Amino acid sequence: MSEEKLIFEKSAPGRRASTFPRLDVPALADGWLPASAKRGTALGLPEVSEQDLVRHYTRLSQRNIGIDTQIYPLGSCTMKYNPKVNEDVAGRDGFRNIHPLQPDDTAQGALEVLWEMEHWLSEVSGMPAISLQPSAGAQGELTALLVCKAYHDSKGRRPRKVLVPDSSHGTNPASASYCGYTVETVKSKADGTVDLDDLKPKITEDVACLMMTNPNTVGIFEKDIRQVAAWLHAVDAQLYYDGANLNAIVGLARPGDMGCDMMHFNVHKTFSTPHGGGGPGAGPIGVKEHLRAFLPVPRVRKAADGTFSLDESEPKSIGRIRSNTGNFGILLRGLVYLKSFGGDGVAEIAKRAVLNANYLLALLKDRFNAPYGDRCMHEFVLSVSEQKKAKDVSATDFAKGLADLGYHAPTIYFPLIVPEALMIEPVETEAKETLDELARVLIELDGEDPAKLHAAPVNTPVGRLDEVGAARNPILRWKP
Amino acid sequence: MSFEHPYLPQTDQDEAAMLGAIGVKSVEALFEPIPDELRLKKALDLPDHLTEMDLKDEFQRLSGKNQSTGKLDQYLGGGLYEHYSPSLVRHLLNRSEFYTSYTPYQPEMTQGVLQAIFEYQSCVCSLTGMDVSNASLYEGGHALAEACLMARAKTGRNRMVLSAGINPQHLQVLRTYTRNLDTEIVVAPLAADGRTDLAALKALVDGQTAAVALANPNFFGVIEDGAAFAEAAHAAGALFIAAVEPVSLALLKSPGEMGADIACGEGQSLGIPLAYGGPYLGFLAAKMELVRQMPGRICGQTKDNRGQRAFVLTLQTREQHIRREKANSNICTNQTLLALAATMYLGAVGPQGLKEVASQGGAKAHYLAAELAKISGVKLSYSGPWLNEFTLDLGREAGPVLKALQAKGILGGVPLQRWYPERKREILVAVTEVKKKAQLDRYAAALKGVLA
Repeated sequence: MSEEKLIFEKSAPGRRASTFPRLDVPALADGWLPASAKRGTALGLPEVSEQDLVRHYTRLSQRNIGIDTQIYPLGSCTMKYNPKVNEDVAGRDGFRNIHPLQPDDTAQGALEVLWEMEHWLSEVSGMPAISLQPSAGAQGELTALLVCKAYHDSKGRRPRKVLVPDSSHGTNPASASYCGYTVETVKSKADGTVDLDDLKPKITEDVACLMMTNPNTVGIFEKDIRQVAAWLHAVDAQLYYDGANLNAIVGLARPGDMGCDMMHFNVHKTFSTPHGGGGPGAGPIGVKEHLRAFLPVPRVRKAADGTFSLDESEPKSIGRIRSNTGNFGILLRGLVYLKSFGGDGVAEIAKRAVLNANYLLALLKDRFNAPYGDRCMHEFVLSVSEQKKAKDVSATDFAKGLADLGYHAPTIYFPLIVPEALMIEPVETEAKETLDELARVLIELDGEDPAKLHAAPVNTPVGRLDEVGAARNPILRWKP
Repeated sequence: MSFEHPYLPQTDQDEAAMLGAIGVKSVEALFEPIPDELRLKKALDLPDHLTEMDLKDEFQRLSGKNQSTGKLDQYLGGGLYEHYSPSLVRHLLNRSEFYTSYTPYQPEMTQGVLQAIFEYQSCVCSLTGMDVSNASLYEGGHALAEACLMARAKTGRNRMVLSAGINPQHLQVLRTYTRNLDTEIVVAPLAADGRTDLAALKALVDGQTAAVALANPNFFGVIEDGAAFAEAAHAAGALFIAAVEPVSLALLKSPGEMGADIACGEGQSLGIPLAYGGPYLGFLAAKMELVRQMPGRICGQTKDNRGQRAFVLTLQTREQHIRREKANSNICTNQTLLALAATMYLGAVGPQGLKEVASQGGAKAHYLAAELAKISGVKLSYSGPWLNEFTLDLGREAGPVLKALQAKGILGGVPLQRWYPERKREILVAVTEVKKKAQLDRYAAALKGVLA
């Protein structure tokens, strides 16, 4: 596929892809704006015809892949099918064209959606109070940590530390520092779980919170989580549940029942909303009763007569974490998805996700080093460090080799505790045949000539990129 | 497997074969690592599953309870506006290679999204007159918060001086973000004409000030003299942040022309549906010397090993997945698809179209304001210049007036009392290119009737 020019390079003065009705009131009078406030430079936007614009972005879409085109076995990303009915619902005029500052009595359906979503998330998590505000998982983490801080403040305590396992997502420590905490790392054991001997002495009066992912990022369930919660609660520290891997247990076990005090959901992972090439997501949080008063505003209320409203009058609230009511369009899609499974079906998501992951692991474990054994929850990690040593084939080389065969790579080089990691999450929506084929391809690549893998990919629109050059001499915008 | 569902492909036969390969007797056995006492023992208090046909009915019922812009003639703004978005934007966004794609960490397979992000960054830089833009933030309030934190990181100072014309929700977000970061936030008042009081602001700027932030147009619709504030900030060694409305940039001085160090704002007005609060688009652009402090993903141009131009996420050593607690922000997922929407919208309207959108909204707003101001007791709150949004003093308590207008099918504006409890009589009225003269006349007649 040949290079696609930038939209700016297709521009010709005077072309346009839309026109507007003739102005039916008097134009702005001369002098309506002081000269000092006027723009003096060109806008620098492209000028193209409608067809050329449509072709341009259609061609760009053809230079891209999505879940609709192939499997994305990305660990911890939960790339599942994005149902079409969700898009239809979100596209309805009554959801798409309502202003967030409309009076509550003109948006009762939207408020009911939010109210219901809170109820569904509360029920599947065992967390009594939900805030739908946060825009994505990382903002959910920050919001929950702000809630944690406000809770300790309210008791006159000032613990300064947040503990994170060495296998945690990068957002955990980053969110903790954004909240003004210092971060201390907890080691993992050889089996991939948190090292309780390392953890226990670190739980002191100075600890505000421990952030755990369960199952963790190597796909192992942290079975001692209740014990950990008890240790934390003895010093009034909070246990945070990172919901990135909720897909493994949804409908079968609940963070609230494990002793977790707060958590975030990734609606764009567990509840099927499209990743959009990097976003938008939605990162609601759930908390236990003792933290409810600190949740961000606005809160959704239901009156005795069944009407809904937004309420900003929570004196202990941490305040507003974003404008308006959250990523409504994403939350709505998530609710459609949850309702499609229902209380009777939601556990099927986890069951089949775990079945698929274990099956794929069974197909690969004899050929690849599986450092955490031959069972997993929803995802597993392989290490190709032996291949790296023996024939200089790295995790990156596997990723690029997969690209040549039309497969997106697993998550690579994460978690950081596994050298040359391939982190694989096949999700419940993939069929057995797709997994068979992925395993076959990975095994085939393992027997491939290293030189061929080093040169890969050759079948993609572009080959390996000069990433060092991109960072050293940054070109971050088009210039005429 | 007894539960049939269109998103689940495993048949009974598949299940048996897969369990055989794993070497276990049942799916249940795979959950043995979860201790029994942690397993959910009760049925969830949730209704049973719905088929696609039933889902559509259920959500038709819910969407029918909302009164959309098609049912009500609405004049709401406050940073979010009803604009016309050409059909092509929605069609192109619905290309599922875009919307079902993951973050482009494997650039060879995702040049389409990467190139579109690069085009987005280029559009934002052009509009704002800045050197570098990131690939998007969550929304306008988040963009302001990150802009202030960038200034804090760059200057090593911790005081933020903001105009009272900053969007009150955005100011609340900034306060929440900085709750525990030892940051001082002070607000400079507006002068009588609705513009920020420059002298009062200067008095608040000191040697500890990291940034001065000004909105243009400000929350009340009034157009500011940004350059004077940039000078005031720079004189004290502080950075200047311009929080701008992107459509207005077609006519108004750009942040770059003002001398801004950072530009930020809400990009919803670039073809993105109102959707009751999101998903929207936070944009953030800056001078090149601030690129290392910039949060979030940035796309750069490079070459591949075949010598072709190609695009890649770059300067990632700023980000959380590399730097963890030392990252300059915690953001991971952003708003890429909305950045694509804005880019497609800007391509669709082009420079001439964006000027028309801005100037038609302005002309229609000025026409409506003049008609409304003819009504006895009604007047504009401010004399400063404005574009398509204005603050209107109704001469009496706004709440009942807005309710009476609503009964006539008109949402007349946003009551200022929502954020400023003492300003009971005033509303914020926004008009865009989508309005026809007949609608504006009907609004004026309706208000006249209500106030009579």
